[in-house]
This record gives sequence, structure tokens and C-alpha cells, in this order.
Amino acid sequence: MWAFLQKFSSPKYFYSLAGQMIPWLGAICGLLFIAGLYYGLFVAPPDYQQGESYRIMFIHVPAAWMSMFVYVVIALMGAIGLIWKIKLADIIAASSAPLGASFTFIALVTGSLWGKPMWGTWWVWDGRLTSELILLFLYFGIIALNVAIEDKRNAARASAVLALVGVVNIPIIHYSVQWWNTLHQGATVSKIGAPSIHISMLIPLLLMAFAFKFYYATVLLIRARAEVLERERNSSWVMELVK
Amino acid sequence: MSAFGILLKRDLLLAYRRRSELANPLLFFVMVVSLFPLGVSPESKVLQTLAPGIIWVAALLAALLSLDTLFRSDFEDGSLEQMVLTHHSLPLLVLAKVLAHWLVAGLPLLVIAPFLGVLLFLPTDAMFPLMVTLLLGTPVLSLIGAIGVALTVGLRRGGVLLSLLVLPLYIPVLIFAASAVATAGTGLPIAGQLYFLAALLTLSLTLAPFAAAAALRISLS
Repeated sequence: MWAFLQKFSSPKYFYSLAGQMIPWLGAICGLLFIAGLYYGLFVAPPDYQQGESYRIMFIHVPAAWMSMFVYVVIALMGAIGLIWKIKLADIIAASSAPLGASFTFIALVTGSLWGKPMWGTWWVWDGRLTSELILLFLYFGIIALNVAIEDKRNAARASAVLALVGVVNIPIIHYSVQWWNTLHQGATVSKIGAPSIHISMLIPLLLMAFAFKFYYATVLLIRARAEVLERERNSSWVMELVK
Repeated sequence: MSAFGILLKRDLLLAYRRRSELANPLLFFVMVVSLFPLGVSPESKVLQTLAPGIIWVAALLAALLSLDTLFRSDFEDGSLEQMVLTHHSLPLLVLAKVLAHWLVAGLPLLVIAPFLGVLLFLPTDAMFPLMVTLLLGTPVLSLIGAIGVALTVGLRRGGVLLSLLVLPLYIPVLIFAASAVATAGTGLPIAGQLYFLAALLTLSLTLAPFAAAAALRISLS
């Protein structure tokens, strides 16, 4: 196991392995998207209250899930990079940040598009919406710090510290925002309840969730490969590759 | 005298020697607050409801503005590097610098806040709570801010970046503090909010110096 990890984390091996994995991951992602969208848009029944417009959930919910998942990945990779000084962890963290930000952005935009017909307004200062917006700000902070520091190694370490500070703060921010919301305006808006979701809606939702996961994995590997080439541009194997 | 005490004394002395600079964040605080009646409405009822939020947002921005001085001059003349190289524990030294910074930049806000409260027609019941929230909240701002400054101190244009990094992390303080002041104005108990602020202070007091020290080591490497 350790030997494999060590081998995998060497940039050269990662580059070739990722190159082999990308077509497969991309194909699975495409199939899942087709299946999920078909089930979600054509097979799943309309909601008894919201009619057809609930179907945006099949994009919105997976994007929201991914927005949090990717942040955890960044923090985890940051910790690994700080502790064991593994270059690949830095690369994955750096390549993940814009993806996470875009998932967060998609979640916010789709939520807003859904909110207009359902709640009658584009934006509500609801606890969940607000903490998602703050998450987007945290992503921007990580991206900006990564770009601002020229030395890649230092940029990765600095962003890792920031991501870890953010991870400690996210639950605090999340609960304080919810608490603030309940104090100020009470439950004017209750979101789709967690409890009962019918199986015919759950299947496309899960398919889409996996499609998003595979999309993230595919694009992450593509970005990480480009990043590896850039960072290792002075090593012999890259020179050989691009010759 | 311990390293903590020596550094604290040195930073306070340095701040005293440059006392004209000390007034700037304070003036900024007063000016931002006085812009709101001009921009929103001079009506006492409107200002009264907005007052806790205005004062706290202004305090947040003033804290942010003053943060840049925390490590900047020490970084430029190289003494920060020497501090990192000493055998003393770096988180402790960071804590001393943050304490000195709070004493010269945070504490004055607390003194001037009631005056601003009067300007914005804040109910008298809320004056003392306002000061208590500032007493508990502004150290948190300095401590969290220290992490952001430590990360950006090596950069040429760290100022705007600093606000991007630090402001989202300030949100819980703003929420609890402003809500405590607003609640106090209506005569309801505010112990809950104050406990939360105290918890945030304890958490940042224990964790932030370590994060800031790690960030300093990265910035200086």
C-alpha cells in the first residue's frame, strides 16, 4: 500500500497513470450524466407541489454537495502536503480550488433560478444560502492566495494553512449564520425537507451525484496533469515528453 | 523578563513613538460610522435599528485596516526573521505581537464606541453591551487577522488580498456581536451571544497563534 502510494505520488508516474484513467473516468461520467438527466427530466414524476420546476434540483443538489466535498478535499490535501510534503497533494489542492468554486457558483445560480418561481425572489438571506455564499468567498480567498504567491511550493503551503483555518471555521460560520437567520426572520422559508424523497426521484438524484463526482475526478486529473507538466518543466522526463 | 514581556514592551514602545499613525484607524472608524446617516437617513428610528450593525461593520473594517502594521515593519527591517530564528516559541511571540496590536488598535475602538452609539441614537441599555461585545470581539479580529497578515506579509500587494482572506472568517463575530447589541437594545437577555463570543475568543486565542506562526514560517521561507 505505502509502496503504491509512494509510486503514485511521483509526478512522472502520476502523469502517465492519470492519462490512462482520464478517458475511462470521462466515459463513466458521460454515461452517468446521460442516465441521470434522462431519469431526472423524463422518467421522474413531477412534484405534487412544485410541478416540473423541482427538476433543477438534479443539478442544484449535487453541485451543493460537491461544493462542500471539494473544500474538504482541499483541506485534506493541504494537510497531507504540509505534513508529508508530498508534491502531488499540493497539485491536487491547487487544481481543485477553481473546480470547487465553480460547483459553489452553480449551486448558488441554480438555487436562485429555482427560487424565483418558487419563493418569488431571486435571493433570500436564508441560512443555507448565506453559508454557501460565504463558502464561495472562502474559495476565492484560496484561489487568490494561490495566484498571488509566485513560488509554487510556498503558495501551496500558504493555501493549505488557509484551507485548514477555513475548515475549522466552516461549521462555526454555518451554525452562526443559521442561528442569525432564525433570530432575525424566523422560518419564513423552509427548504425541501430532508425526510421523504420518493425513490423515483432519489435514483436520478444519486445518478447525478455520481456523475458530478466523476466529472470532478476527470477534470481534476486533466488539470493536475497540466499542473504537473508546468511544475516539472525542468525535469528530464518532461523535456523528453515535449521534445 | 520573559521573551513575551520584552516583545510586548518593545511593540508598545514602537507604537508610542509613532503615535500619529495610531489615530488613523480610529479616525477611519469614526468617519465610516458618520457616513451612514448621510447615506441612509438622518432619522433617529432608522439609525437606531442600524446602529449595532453599522458600528460593528465599521469596527471590522477599522481592525482590518490596522492589521497591515502588525508584521509589516518587522518584516521589512528583518527583525521578524530574527524572531522566527530564535529558540523562543514562535506562537508565543506572535501572541505578544497580537496583544500589543490589540492594545493600540483594538482597545481605542472600545473607548470611542459609546460616543458613536450616541451619534446613532443607540439605546442607553445597549451601550454597556456594545462595549462588552467589543471587548470580547476585537481580540478575535486581531487574532484571526494575524493569520491573514502572516500569510500575506511577503507579498507586495497584500492589502486587498488580506481582506479577501480574513473577512469571511470575521462573519461569526459580526453576527453574534451585532445581535447581542441589538437584543440588548430591546431589553432582552444577551448572555447566550456573549457566551458564544467568549467561546470564539477562547478558540482563536488557543489556535490562531499556532496557525499564524506556521503561516509566518511559510512566508519567510
